[in-house]
Amino acid sequence: MNTSNSLPEMSLQKPDMSVTIAGVTFKNPVLTASGTFGSGLEYAEFIDLGRLGGVVTKGVSNVPWPGNPTPRVTEVSAGMLNAIGLQNPGMEVFIERDLAFLKGVDTKVIVNVCGKSVEDYLDVVRRLQKEAVDMLEINVSCPNVKEGAIAFGQNPDALYDITCRIKKEAAQPVIMKLTPNVTDITQMARAAEAGGADAISLINTITGAKIDIEKRQFVLANKTGGLSGPAIKPVAVRMVWQAAQAVSIPVIGMGGIATAEDAIEFMMAGASAVAVGAMNFHDPYTTVRVAEGMEKWCASHGVDRVSSLTGIV
Amino acid sequence: MKKKTTMTVLDSRMLAQDIWSLELAYAPEDLPEKVCPGQFAGLYPAGGEMLLMRPISICRWDSGRGALRFVYRAAGKGTRSFTELRAGDKMDMLGILGNGYDLDELGGKHVLLLGGGIGVPPMLELAAALNRSEDAGTRVTAVMGYRNNELFLKEEMEEFADVYIATEDGSAGTRGNVLDAVRENELQADVLCACGPLPMLRAIKHYAQEKDIPAFLSLEERMACGVGVCLGCVAKTTRTDEHSKVHNARVCVEGPVFSADDVDLD
Repeated sequence: MNTSNSLPEMSLQKPDMSVTIAGVTFKNPVLTASGTFGSGLEYAEFIDLGRLGGVVTKGVSNVPWPGNPTPRVTEVSAGMLNAIGLQNPGMEVFIERDLAFLKGVDTKVIVNVCGKSVEDYLDVVRRLQKEAVDMLEINVSCPNVKEGAIAFGQNPDALYDITCRIKKEAAQPVIMKLTPNVTDITQMARAAEAGGADAISLINTITGAKIDIEKRQFVLANKTGGLSGPAIKPVAVRMVWQAAQAVSIPVIGMGGIATAEDAIEFMMAGASAVAVGAMNFHDPYTTVRVAEGMEKWCASHGVDRVSSLTGIV
Repeated sequence: MKKKTTMTVLDSRMLAQDIWSLELAYAPEDLPEKVCPGQFAGLYPAGGEMLLMRPISICRWDSGRGALRFVYRAAGKGTRSFTELRAGDKMDMLGILGNGYDLDELGGKHVLLLGGGIGVPPMLELAAALNRSEDAGTRVTAVMGYRNNELFLKEEMEEFADVYIATEDGSAGTRGNVLDAVRENELQADVLCACGPLPMLRAIKHYAQEKDIPAFLSLEERMACGVGVCLGCVAKTTRTDEHSKVHNARVCVEGPVFSADDVDLD
């Protein structure tokens, strides 16, 4: 049993865990999923952020957003529903406080950008042109706000259009974050690629609902919310695989990753990097555990470069 | 320093219908530097299907034994699973979380503690801490509201405070809620500290305004991360919050204890 693990560590060659996406090299493929990690400040108390491939921030809009009424979160089997509504302090405070903090962290910084209109997104993208940001992730997939976000991600023409317009203004490589709440994910992946996206990330949450049968009402004030956590992983793996088949730009995979094995599954499905989301709430050490576990898995399976796993199925 | 740690169950027992007491011990290397009354910890159901911690306020902290005691209501699937724990079992915990009551602010004053239902337990640690206060003149009166005559934690509270009781069914103390007992007994105080259901907190906020005395309220909200990341558990604030830049503060970080003036409960 476990013969591969019992080999003395000296005899194992340290695998190359770095991955490169749109010219940006990450020390390992493990990122944080937007909205589940803030800007890292709170989790810095638990983990060394320098152990992560990158931090993907919570969505940032041009002005502060108050978000939705509470209850905003509830648990479901092997997952959770949220309808936060992209509450955020706006880009000026974000730059002053969050980006200033991240400057001192040895990891890549991806800023998630949200807006109600194309102009809103462009405001943020322009404002970040000269800031210490490695990549932008464009949130066209949040299911919990009434305007913008998902409206751009469920229509291939709108997605193509917003991607083109953001690419014209962005100083950093652009990742379009896709929603699973579509009939054909490959159509959306192709639209993003055609619009000039440097990469795509998926999946955002799957729209769901939970009813309190004693109170005879929805649990969330927003009625519906986004489902995340291990419950959605098989859907996410399927969609990452389909999207990766459809485009030649890199794919960042996420959806219920809890372990290194989950992350490797996403890589094999076609992801060049992965993100840990809801499981941060279960265990603040998840990201580091996944990163370390992936390295051990590669070492014990004779994988020299983690990037060689991408899309091997 | 917040940590996720594995605790050992010292004691688990039922105090009243659906009300359970759970005592957990830290491993020596995990001991927290400080525990403030009003703070809470996140207790994780075992298994794996239930991902999120359950935020439970601290009922007692015994620094000598490194033991935290929680008294919780077994209300849902997660908290019901806690009732199956036995001495010696292990339990994962995220802690210590939140901002508790400001003891410096309360020291030297006549503090009226108001606990309603499952809002009673954090009042016990607060009463104990105030009892240790070195500020001369610190005085503690507690009013505890219950549904019926299952008066959990009453005797323990009597060690630290003058205790008055309100019950919904009138089976003990004043019939009605905690404010009914305050009025019936003509209780006066310099400051109010309260934990309980939202309608009770709302009434206490109005009462404090009427009497022109400060009040500190412990709020409850559904949480996911417990550390200020997810923004799931916000409370409406009367002014722009320093962190969020909107009229929302995080119950898990800025709270759960807020000055009544700072939160909009209507």
